Amino acid sequence: MAKHHIEMTVNGDAVEFLCETEETLLDVLRDTLQLTGSKEGCASGDCGACSVMLDGRLVCSCLVLGCEVGGRRVETIEGVAKGQTLHPLQQKFLEHAALQCGICTPGFIVAGKALLEKNPNPTDTEIRYWLAGNLCRCTGYDKIVTAMKDAAVAMRKG
Amino acid sequence: MRYEAPETVESAAALLAAASGEGRILAGGTDLLVQMRSDIADPTLIVDIKRIAETRRVTEENGGWRVGAAVTGAELKEHPRLKQVWPGVVEAANLIGSTQIQGRATLGGNLCNGSPAADSVPALIAAGAVATLAGPRGRRDLPVEDVMLGPRKLALTKGEFVVSFLLPPRPPRSSDAYLRFIPRTEMDIAVVGAGVSLTVDAAGTITTARVSLGAVAPRVLLVPEAAAAIVGSRLDRSAQDRLEAAARAVCAPIDDKRGTVEFRVEVAGVLARRAALIALDRARSA
Repeated sequence: MAKHHIEMTVNGDAVEFLCETEETLLDVLRDTLQLTGSKEGCASGDCGACSVMLDGRLVCSCLVLGCEVGGRRVETIEGVAKGQTLHPLQQKFLEHAALQCGICTPGFIVAGKALLEKNPNPTDTEIRYWLAGNLCRCTGYDKIVTAMKDAAVAMRKG
Repeated sequence: MRYEAPETVESAAALLAAASGEGRILAGGTDLLVQMRSDIADPTLIVDIKRIAETRRVTEENGGWRVGAAVTGAELKEHPRLKQVWPGVVEAANLIGSTQIQGRATLGGNLCNGSPAADSVPALIAAGAVATLAGPRGRRDLPVEDVMLGPRKLALTKGEFVVSFLLPPRPPRSSDAYLRFIPRTEMDIAVVGAGVSLTVDAAGTITTARVSLGAVAPRVLLVPEAAAAIVGSRLDRSAQDRLEAAARAVCAPIDDKRGTVEFRVEVAGVLARRAALIALDRARSA
């Protein structure tokens, strides 16, 4: 069967690509569009390393088919920093050492940013529940929560 | 593997009916894509129903609420009115998976995945929700409790799929609740689930009730005996005891490392009682 021809927006840029039905959005991002920031951890929606925004909604890109996203808007970790300027959440992850191996970090940044844009002053509990779908096997999560809270302060100050 | 995203119910039904191999509906994909990845499902045709407008909206209908089969958990949570009228249905749907899963997972998918442990299904059954199905021979309505026949077995005929659910009109002083037991605090599959929906009169006596139990039998159960145990009462201790006994009496659960038969039966009674107490409390102030 012929490949699907899909047009979508990624991080504000119009892109088009060809994909097979069984290719996921994560496959397309990484293998076709060379946007390798989104990671494949589990490929079953459990770990959140592939988190992206799809039409403003946080999703696992491993559970979205490439052929589904025609005409839709995708935002990935590659669109979070503005040029050489890190997003406040990225900066706080660095300052608080909220990452070690780094595989989960793009997913945490995309998911965490989505929470902070929705809720500028989340409690520890709100942060932990929101990020329950992002698994980290290095940090023990405390540093991630600390970085989230500090980023929230920085973002509220603008 | 062919992918289609029709814009009408009729074309979706026609595509499914004409499929030569396995045709599968794609809504949120949180079960289907996992099954495809682990070679449990190998469809020749995927019909994405999200471009059919009526699967994606929540509307008032004759005093009730019609919820599209492909409305996500996150959208249900954000709906300005639904959670006030049907808090049990919304809280059940919102228990499924993580934030990321909530962004995709749907009521239609949760039902049609055919799991007896599906969290939103006992809440929908307790609510008296009716599924509107569409197929090659047109549409029909089926109470949610009649959609699932057993694990992975549905009462849908070839070409049929769930388009939407109708939550019935709500009399004053009505509410609902859903509780589940899981071994962790978050993101797990129900070992037992219990949904209760009820209406009380001005004096606080329960006038109607529906009780549903998940994960204690091959399908999600509607338990009229449990409802009968509390109708006419104010859910005093003896009515609670009757409810617990009636709930336990219908349980025929599996026995596994997540919960023994004895444990599941015990917990089914406890959760039915607690869900009824929450629903009653909510109904009194509704």
